[in-house]
Amino acid sequence: MKQRLVGALCAMAVAGGAFAQTPKKPAAKPAPQSPPAAEAKDAATLEFEKFRAEMEDSNPAELFEMKGEEQWKTKRGPKNVALAESCDLGQGVGKVEGAYVRMPRYFADADAVMDAERRIVWCMVEKQGFKFDDIAKKPFANANFTPDITNLVTYVAGHSRNMKVAVPLKDPKVHEAYEIGKEIAAYRAGPYDFSCNTCHGSDGKRIRMQNLPNLSTAKGAMSGVQGWPGYRMTGGVMLTHQWRMGDCFRQQRFPQPKYASDAIAYLLTYMIGNANGQVYKGPGIKR
Amino acid sequence: MADPMKIRATLKGDTAEIRILMAHAMETGQRKDAAGNTVPPHFIQAMTVEVGGKKVVDGHVGTSVSRNPVFGFKVKGAKAGDKVVVSWVDNKGDKRTDEAAIA
Amino acid sequence: MNTTRRTVLKSATASGVLAGLIAAGALRPTQVLAADWNKAAFEAHDVAGALKGLGAGASADSKDLMLRVPDIAENGAVVPVDVVSNIPNTSSISILVEKNPFPLSATFEFTNGALPEVSARLKLSQTSMVKAVAKADGKFYTAQKEVKVTVGGCGG
Repeated sequence: MKQRLVGALCAMAVAGGAFAQTPKKPAAKPAPQSPPAAEAKDAATLEFEKFRAEMEDSNPAELFEMKGEEQWKTKRGPKNVALAESCDLGQGVGKVEGAYVRMPRYFADADAVMDAERRIVWCMVEKQGFKFDDIAKKPFANANFTPDITNLVTYVAGHSRNMKVAVPLKDPKVHEAYEIGKEIAAYRAGPYDFSCNTCHGSDGKRIRMQNLPNLSTAKGAMSGVQGWPGYRMTGGVMLTHQWRMGDCFRQQRFPQPKYASDAIAYLLTYMIGNANGQVYKGPGIKR
Repeated sequence: MADPMKIRATLKGDTAEIRILMAHAMETGQRKDAAGNTVPPHFIQAMTVEVGGKKVVDGHVGTSVSRNPVFGFKVKGAKAGDKVVVSWVDNKGDKRTDEAAIA
Repeated sequence: MNTTRRTVLKSATASGVLAGLIAAGALRPTQVLAADWNKAAFEAHDVAGALKGLGAGASADSKDLMLRVPDIAENGAVVPVDVVSNIPNTSSISILVEKNPFPLSATFEFTNGALPEVSARLKLSQTSMVKAVAKADGKFYTAQKEVKVTVGGCGG
């Protein structure tokens, strides 16, 4: 287990060596916390929530879902095959209904635990003949570009709307991934000596206007799962849960994990697994 | 080519609620790209909504409308099955027309 | 909107004649559907100029014009705005954002059974007054409300 954790963490170091070069300061003793204000919602949060339903009801994410559907059903790639006729997301070839909330899961054909995005990338490479490096070069959207994979993930996620999260944690491979993910979430390093849990491991924390969910609880984990893939109001771009994981590492001043890597799949297994039983509302809208 | 719109039109009593999602950058002309160059304005200027062959909304739009615009309208006297046709044109002459039936 | 021109546009697009016209320089593409775009109003740098451009010289606040906006916006890039006019014979609604470089955001004319109401999402460059203007029987009515724009934390 330990060895796999180290392996997974090394896989994250895309910048190479950034870990080692950073002198590690002794961990500062956490400051005594004022009583959590998380439950008593402030006026601003309540005001945001008044418009939540309306924002979610008319969400530009649907535009990307629509595009993803077309791409899922169209014969594409060097092998000229449609994902709809070749890609098994765990519910049978081409079946998207309920697939998103049942991942990450273990796929024997790839001998790996895969989250939805990683699995679709795998299908694009293995079934359609796309090159992984081409996909991984520009995996996330910016102001001028939305990758196909983002549309596809959004489409697949849209077909788990209002379904309960059910990551198959009883599968030994998935369980192992969950345990490694849990360790990664707790792993402190980087110039600030942060871990995921520094911000997301206890109740009542916030950054500026944003409340930070505690990912170790079912409800907290769900608020980290809910709304991804999400239409980000900032920049007006569609972004996936994989992107969100990478961005957390960026904000910790860690090197970012490799795209569609074990490390992200394991972290997502931990986080989405903790949200088991909660209802997923489909692609969301994010600030 | 412009990406398709998503139009949802549902009947509540005799009133159709029309919700329109448009795919458009809505560049203000104020934004700078990563290289520091000003991104030229590119935005939808005009839009129309027709229901059952009659124009119901004639809209004009400026740069303050959000990227990937969302609009909602209500039309009285509509029937299930009536065709809703939405068109837009932007300042560069790109345009798009899509339709949906009132459900 | 000139109906004749629009009819021409539709058939021309279908037959490809329009492309020929554009290529020949007879029609600039922007003149087509957007020909009625109110340049004076949309390019005005202040509310007074925009209102003037709309022909709304004199206006009065009205309780029958409902403007629903958040007190504080979650993100200034996407601020939901709903306007509903209960003023009889309302024919158009315009929305302005006072502090934006170009305050006039949108203007809508309603015909053939369209109710005088609209929901839209606007960019606010900073904390600003949002103003709705309704036209009814040739008169102009206004409603306004301030929206605070804040800076947020991480990606949600």
